[in-house]
Amino acid sequence: MAHGPQPGFKRWLYTTNHKDIGSMYLWFSFAMFLLGGCMALVIRAELFEPGLQIVQPEFFNQMTTMHGLIMVFGAVMPAFVGLANWMIPMMIGAPDMALPRMNNWSFWILPFAFAMLASTLFMEGGAPNFGWTFYAPLSTEYAPPSVTFFIFSIHIMGASSIMGAINIIATILNMRAPGMTLMKMPLFVWTWLITAYLLIAVMPVLAGVVTMMLMDIHFGTSFFSAAGGGDPVLFQHVFWFFGHPEVYIMILPAFGIVSAIIPTFARKPLFGYSSMVYATASIAFLSFIVWAHHMFTVGMPIAGELFFMYATMLIAVPTGVKVFNWISTMFRGSMTFETPMLFSVAFVILFTLGGFSGLMLAIAPADFQYHDTYFVVAHFHYVLVPGAIFSITAGVYYWLPKWTGNMYNETMGKVHFWLAFIGLNVTFFPMHFVGLAGMPRRIPDYALQFADFNQIASMGAFLFGAAQIVFLFNVVRTVRGGRKASDEVWDNPQGLEWTVPSPAPYHTFSTPPAVR
Amino acid sequence: MASESTYYVPEQSRLPIFATIGMFLTAFGAANWINGGSAYIFFAGALAMATVLWFWFAAVIRENMAGLNSDQLKRSYVWGMGWFIFSEVMFFAAFFGALYYIRTFALPWLGGEGDRGSSNMLWQGFEHTWPLMVTPDAAAHGDAAKVVGPRDIIDPWHLPLLNTVLLLASSVTVHFAHVFLKKNKRTAFNAWLAITVVLGAAFLFFQVEEYLEAYQHLGLTLESGIYGTTFFMLTGFHGAHVTLGTIMLLVMLLRSVIAHHFKPDDHFGFEAASWYWHFVDVVWVGLFIFVYVLGS
Repeated sequence: MAHGPQPGFKRWLYTTNHKDIGSMYLWFSFAMFLLGGCMALVIRAELFEPGLQIVQPEFFNQMTTMHGLIMVFGAVMPAFVGLANWMIPMMIGAPDMALPRMNNWSFWILPFAFAMLASTLFMEGGAPNFGWTFYAPLSTEYAPPSVTFFIFSIHIMGASSIMGAINIIATILNMRAPGMTLMKMPLFVWTWLITAYLLIAVMPVLAGVVTMMLMDIHFGTSFFSAAGGGDPVLFQHVFWFFGHPEVYIMILPAFGIVSAIIPTFARKPLFGYSSMVYATASIAFLSFIVWAHHMFTVGMPIAGELFFMYATMLIAVPTGVKVFNWISTMFRGSMTFETPMLFSVAFVILFTLGGFSGLMLAIAPADFQYHDTYFVVAHFHYVLVPGAIFSITAGVYYWLPKWTGNMYNETMGKVHFWLAFIGLNVTFFPMHFVGLAGMPRRIPDYALQFADFNQIASMGAFLFGAAQIVFLFNVVRTVRGGRKASDEVWDNPQGLEWTVPSPAPYHTFSTPPAVR
Repeated sequence: MASESTYYVPEQSRLPIFATIGMFLTAFGAANWINGGSAYIFFAGALAMATVLWFWFAAVIRENMAGLNSDQLKRSYVWGMGWFIFSEVMFFAAFFGALYYIRTFALPWLGGEGDRGSSNMLWQGFEHTWPLMVTPDAAAHGDAAKVVGPRDIIDPWHLPLLNTVLLLASSVTVHFAHVFLKKNKRTAFNAWLAITVVLGAAFLFFQVEEYLEAYQHLGLTLESGIYGTTFFMLTGFHGAHVTLGTIMLLVMLLRSVIAHHFKPDDHFGFEAASWYWHFVDVVWVGLFIFVYVLGS
């Protein structure tokens, strides 16, 4: 066990160390976040004014598609896997992940998959232009030739996710230190365990649906073609059977992160630990029976509309339990507002806001008005940006001193937070209004009356983008040096990761720690 | 044998990055080939992938024989294989689900029934039947149709029944092999495993026969509308998995016969392959019922 990191680039290519792999995941995710963010800025720049100024509609479609794909599969999911790699072994008292070589493999195929996906931008006919949900027949009969490369890049991403999820399950179920019973596990570990089950259950379905596309496009099958007896709506059912659990894959680990941070800065134990676990499991179960709420307007029997409407509303119950618990944890706590806490509090407030607009969308008859408008865009950006992105950011600030041994610059962290907080609200809040007023999504042009709100949103987007430069600068500075962090870093935080030195040694827990 | 109180962490390894390159070349090459490019990249990638897997499994076997694998690590392999098979179950679930949706909802609606029956106006004259011998295209456009249905379908009580018997029998024989391995009766183990491999190969042979009959005599192809689509995609993916499972069991047989691998109490490589085999068997039972019997 004495071997430390090898010098040079081979360390990163050949590593089996969960910390190295976690860092690579996080840096890769940040690179994709910037790439997807630049695409978002192209979209917002074009939408600054009505009419066509900067890009052609064809390219605009490629931008919306690639922005969604890169943010979902390239930024959010790998960031959570990176945090899982870094933190789960340390949180459960294990030396490493259960299957370290497969861990390396599941990381390294991602940059290749995204290189392949990004290369479609330079292919004849351009990149995929059918939206990140790639509905048939847009993605089959009317797709550019690059769709084939898109399909195979999705296959690789799915393989990466499945291997990563298997690794996480094996680690959590098999590598816990003696005494670490399931109901003593930190919530980040719990939420990731449940997320991993979701991944294994739905990534193969995504692989299935892109395979059906591939067969329809190139081998003459009729899955999504009514001429042969198939149905384009079949695509939507299979896709959203993957897609809805997928959105919980992007939020459950976030719940775990804020459930770790809020108790530390409220200086109180987490309120309702076991109800948090059961709520997470309930949300995961419900995620499998709500998928058709994404397709209320496509035409379903009335029984289907009603079932999916009520099942969707049911999700508000366990989610409400969680929000209640976070607030109760803060209630009468000795609160301080360091950067991770600021991001976490903003998470609780803004994610709840996104949840409320989700409830509005869940009402089937009302959804006929909201469907495919900017209201939907506002909704899912409110759950993904202050939900997933803010929690990842909070987690990075929270654990960065443990990873690097150095404290980040608190002032710069707060500047980052306020720029991002203001930027995202300025960007996405007006979208509720233009959406309710009827502005359709995914269109490069709009009617004149939407101009004011769109200009505000575009300015907010560039502010939000600029805030990430502060983040990058702060992290790089902390990695390179800075005030030394203590082993505990924060004021009496709970968890095994705070019992090891800062920075955490290359191999932690070569013998299992005792857990009371 | 390492105890519970220490962990095994493998040294850094070159295997994953080579596996990455292999997988990337395979996927990129496949896309390139399908889009009309050359097939060389795909075959180079597949070869690279196979080579890496060879060395990877060899490394794992070597480590286990050297006593490096703790009970804990062995449990991790067990969990890994179990959840991998579950992911495969979900892959098939997508295709079974598609078949269910098409038969229960989409086709009746296309035929004019129920809430979305108005779609029949686009395909006038189309009537919903299963198996779907006349596609909506053929019903509405006659001789001008591009997608026409099959002339006939596979009789479930002929080759498919035979294949059911073969595959169910092979699940039993692989279990016998396992029992004899645990009793350390090597000859019987090898014999029953060899029988299983032969049964798997026989299944594949008859599956190919069936496909030839479908393509050459029945007009039942991938392109013959939704019946051919679901039929060939479900049975085809199953056949691919049987091929993989047969190769896995063959490798286990060769490991046992040539290299004398496996101990009565330590043979997870074989067990994993046999689990996979039982899984493809269960999928076949689902296919036989839902695709062949209830589809005719």
